[in-house]
Amino acid sequence: MSSELVKLRNLIKYFPVYSRGVLFKKEVGVVHAVDNISFDIRRKETFGLVGESGCGKTTTARLILNLIEPTSGEVFFEDENVFEKFRSANKQEKLRLRRKMQLIFQNPYGSLDPRMTVFDIISEPFAIHKHVPKKEWKERVYKLLELVGLEEYHAERYPHEFSGGQRQRICIARALAVEPEFLIADEPVSSLDVSIRAQILNLLVDLQKRIGLTYLYISHDLSSVRQISHRVAVMYLGEIVELADTDELFKEPLHPYTDALIQAVPIPDPKTKRMKIILPGEVPSPINPPEGCRFRPRCPYAKECKEDTPKLVDVGGGHLVACHNVLAR
Amino acid sequence: MVESVLNIEGLKTYFFTEAGVVKAVDGISFNLKKGESLGLVGESGSGKTVTALSVLRIVPKPGRIIDGKVEYNGEDLLKKTEDEMRRIRGGEIAIIFQDPSSSLNPVYSIESQLSDVIRAHQNVSKDETREKVIEILTMVGLPEAETRINEYPHQFSGGMKQRVAIARALACEPTLLFADEPTTNLDVTIQAQVLDLLNDLKKKFGMSLVMITHDMGIIANMTTRVVVLYAGSVCEIARTHDLFAYPRHPYTEALLAAVPRLDMRKTLRVIPGNIPNLIEPPSGCRFHPRCDYATETCKKVIPVLEEVGPEHFVACHEWRNIRLKGEMTHSE
Repeated sequence: MSSELVKLRNLIKYFPVYSRGVLFKKEVGVVHAVDNISFDIRRKETFGLVGESGCGKTTTARLILNLIEPTSGEVFFEDENVFEKFRSANKQEKLRLRRKMQLIFQNPYGSLDPRMTVFDIISEPFAIHKHVPKKEWKERVYKLLELVGLEEYHAERYPHEFSGGQRQRICIARALAVEPEFLIADEPVSSLDVSIRAQILNLLVDLQKRIGLTYLYISHDLSSVRQISHRVAVMYLGEIVELADTDELFKEPLHPYTDALIQAVPIPDPKTKRMKIILPGEVPSPINPPEGCRFRPRCPYAKECKEDTPKLVDVGGGHLVACHNVLAR
Repeated sequence: MVESVLNIEGLKTYFFTEAGVVKAVDGISFNLKKGESLGLVGESGSGKTVTALSVLRIVPKPGRIIDGKVEYNGEDLLKKTEDEMRRIRGGEIAIIFQDPSSSLNPVYSIESQLSDVIRAHQNVSKDETREKVIEILTMVGLPEAETRINEYPHQFSGGMKQRVAIARALACEPTLLFADEPTTNLDVTIQAQVLDLLNDLKKKFGMSLVMITHDMGIIANMTTRVVVLYAGSVCEIARTHDLFAYPRHPYTEALLAAVPRLDMRKTLRVIPGNIPNLIEPPSGCRFHPRCDYATETCKKVIPVLEEVGPEHFVACHEWRNIRLKGEMTHSE
């Protein structure tokens, strides 16, 4: 058994853009949503994926779960090729793989059916995967509710009777109903109030300790990523620009984008005075990303970065960075 | 003694809904000094936005201001006529909303939205208005303002839309600006740009600023004094430095301990329970069901703001008996 649970290899997803024709649609370009990314997620670790909106974080999650078709590239789950398995069209095989990988969404208001009781919501996976005999459903639902910090009597209620934090707990219970090994959490606390966020973050950490889950934690909020992740990858315009152990990444960011991103986050302590690099401009369009290094137009150190695209290279101790200037230093 | 620009006393704004009376703002008092950056911090439903809307008297139905005083330069805004208010809104007191996509009108060009504000408050010619619009848009960092003023909001990115919204708020050089979560919808690198811009403009115009946010990081970096709100009432008022170093209200302390920090990994304190329902808020101190230090008194008696240090006020029965993070001394 290898120590890597999930492996991404040269994953690419382009979305075509069409012109508005009267009779015919004409493809006028592609959105480079995810552009040739590779990384491994180790067993029982929390792998953080950060970046600003539109950088391809969620697309990556949807590709791993095969919720959308990739343009090219591979994803391996426990050394099984995920895309091949899903293409093989064997329903049993698909379900088996689905049970191992689950997803919790950003907005717990939109991801729970308002007309189902919590019991129906959490037991629906049992009906689909048939891994729990019907007479045990009740007991299992109660156990799951307890696991996420809810009470038995909550099972008979409807989603609208719960607060945002409680709804997110229901979503987590539903994801855990199939006993997955791998859980993708896509901005799980972004829509919650500050005092509730800590509850959910602590719950995720606690569950990892108790049942040995592996997480892909996706967020634009660097503080929560720092809090919960063991390793972090930073995305910019569909590419990974840096990947390192969490503490190392936040203490010694090597990519100018990572550095600027970290410095842009205000620290909740008026005594912390920091040098501030304020990045000029905005993220360019992913339809026509800049040539060479995609960060070049906003980079304070850019020199001859236009000619060739920097590759993600290991600069020691598993710290990967894609920047020409780091290598020159 | 620095004079107050704004003095709010016992403000109560209730929403009369079918489900009951929502006490969104229930007896809030604080003041704002000239040229100050005051933070208004709290979670959703704490009454931050409704306080700002009440000052401008633009509380949406079924909300109504039912009691209190809002003194702006010594005059009670709640006693003004609608005509007088219209001259103050956008002219002397302006507001920037959270979501620039919905606060800008999609069917009017940027120029007409900004010139409307200027022409409503100042007697200037069409050409002069246009010049002013271009000038202010250039000042907020909109590139190629001369050509872009003919465009519509959908042609702008989120960060640029917020710059336009800021330009609109500043078009008449207000003396008091409310910024209601101005960067919540923006990416962090864009947020840094917008906060930096707000700081520059504040200095340039000598405005007083009320920064409404739930982000303790923004409070720490942008304000000099803070008002902490919880469920429609004030828990604590302090200088920003003091609030972070010596929080005296258990809610403030818990909130600070519950926020992850970028510069360190720490154990996150969990605040148990949920934000209370404002139709039937908890009796006594509204925070008592979630408070570690609550006593019998807290369940029955509503605490009032007491002075616990220089410019430091707290509404807690137990502040003398509990030791929170940090030492019990004050920075001078």
